[in-house]
Amino acid sequence: MKIVVCAKFVPDATADRRFRPEDNTVDRAGVDGLLSELDEYAVETALTVKEAGDAEVTILTVGPEQAADAVKKGLQMGADAGVHVLDDAIHGSDAVATSLVLSKALAKLEADLVVFGMSSTDGGMGVVPAMVSERLGLPAVTLGSEVTVDGTTVRIRRDGDTASDTVEGTLPLVLSVSDQANEPRYPSFKGIMAAKKKPVETWSLADLEITPEQVGSWTEVIEVTARPARTAGTIVTDEDGSGAGQLVEFLSTNKFL
Amino acid sequence: MSNVLVLVDHTAGVVRKTTAELLTIARRLGEPVAVFIGDGVQDALPALGQYGATKVIALTNPELSQYLVSPKAEALQQVAAKIEPSAILISSNAEGKEIAARLAVKLESGLITDAVDVQEGPVTTQSVFAGNFTVKSKITKGIAVITVKPNAATPEAAETSPEVEEFDVTISDAAKTARITESKPRAATGRPELTEAAIIVSGGRGTGGDFAPVEAFADSLGAAVGASRAAVDSGWYPHAYQVGQTGKTVSPQLYVAAGISGAIQHRAGMQTSKTIVAINKDNEAPIFELVDFGVVGDLHKVLPAATEEVTKRKS
Repeated sequence: MKIVVCAKFVPDATADRRFRPEDNTVDRAGVDGLLSELDEYAVETALTVKEAGDAEVTILTVGPEQAADAVKKGLQMGADAGVHVLDDAIHGSDAVATSLVLSKALAKLEADLVVFGMSSTDGGMGVVPAMVSERLGLPAVTLGSEVTVDGTTVRIRRDGDTASDTVEGTLPLVLSVSDQANEPRYPSFKGIMAAKKKPVETWSLADLEITPEQVGSWTEVIEVTARPARTAGTIVTDEDGSGAGQLVEFLSTNKFL
Repeated sequence: MSNVLVLVDHTAGVVRKTTAELLTIARRLGEPVAVFIGDGVQDALPALGQYGATKVIALTNPELSQYLVSPKAEALQQVAAKIEPSAILISSNAEGKEIAARLAVKLESGLITDAVDVQEGPVTTQSVFAGNFTVKSKITKGIAVITVKPNAATPEAAETSPEVEEFDVTISDAAKTARITESKPRAATGRPELTEAAIIVSGGRGTGGDFAPVEAFADSLGAAVGASRAAVDSGWYPHAYQVGQTGKTVSPQLYVAAGISGAIQHRAGMQTSKTIVAINKDNEAPIFELVDFGVVGDLHKVLPAATEEVTKRKS
């Protein structure tokens, strides 16, 4: 079985994330980046499936040069190969365009099982798995909190707002997993060394028969405003047991009672 | 005026508040046309009319509910082909976002998700990077497909008497490939829905696994209960109630964080709340940087005493 994990290189959430002033796109080059934390759960899912049977795991990313780090992390965790779609024309692409690039690459890789994290930690839309499923005409089972692969059947538990559902589909399919699905492994020293010898291919849009006009964005950012810092609040201590009384007084003054 | 489609969010005909918000927003952009999928359209009609739906399109094909989102996206595409709307508004929940994603690909349209405001244009406002930036955007191609978060607008009534139009949709076999084989409804808590609540009381690691004081304080305020990722990962509270980057993003009038340190993961889900209150033993917890009012103390003492005081004042 050929498993492909779609992994995104994102600005580090604990760093100073920002927009490029010249075109209001996310600054991906000027800030520290890494494999989106939520994609680690997807890599772990793929590796678990691989270890239970016979499969090859490829990490696929679309992004600027530094995005190679996202592929590398996946390889260090234990994936077998990487593909990096790198093309200047992709800069500033939206989810719709990204899903096109991923779909063409996934078709070229002849993926049986496509695994995504639940969303990226930067854009956070969580729409790309559904879009890829739509484009490839493959079933999608999304937001799995528990995943079972049984022959060609993929079954997940999906914890919704009002119910916990069991959802299943048949390979080939698109799967996305939540951060409840597993505990991602840390790369071992052996894994880090082995990753250096694993094959990583770099593809351009031309390799995928996509023209630069087909990517970009169908949305336009008009204005970006940094949220004003919150003004310092009142802090009291409960040492003398007056905390609860003062808290309720605050709630009452602000008409929450 | 152009038509604006609103996908009705409902349970067996009981329309959720988010739909009233979407209809209110739709009136800023054009003529609201409600699309109702499933049973109970007659029950929903008064609520849809109250918020200004000029027409209600009812889709009752049972296949629309048996499968995941694909058939719903196909149905909306067919409705859009007939109605020719300028925009399509959908609630920003897990299902709504996937429907919108598929629809944007089908219609070759731009997509904006998680709008916290939509004005004429349509110009959307989103809160990004853990609420540190506010971004205004517009869609530059096709029918504007927009998912809108709860509380993005205050529902304003504008009474109409919409007609119901039955609409036949054809669902392709390709859309029927992922099946729901079992569904276990979650027991109702009687508390407000987390993403729609005006007040939320959340518990974290500091609860030590005992959510009773958090729940009691929430109930005294008529609030929803939330949990931090640490509490959910410890198995103390269900994931459906997790507030944070990988759970729900909330923006209530009042957010009370009890025993929550305030890691970036949590802040991403709550820092746009209007008023923030925290109770934490550690006076250096980062949550105190966000608060309007903070109590340095043990939640197991502060919350029960506060619950008693609130109950006394309310009676």
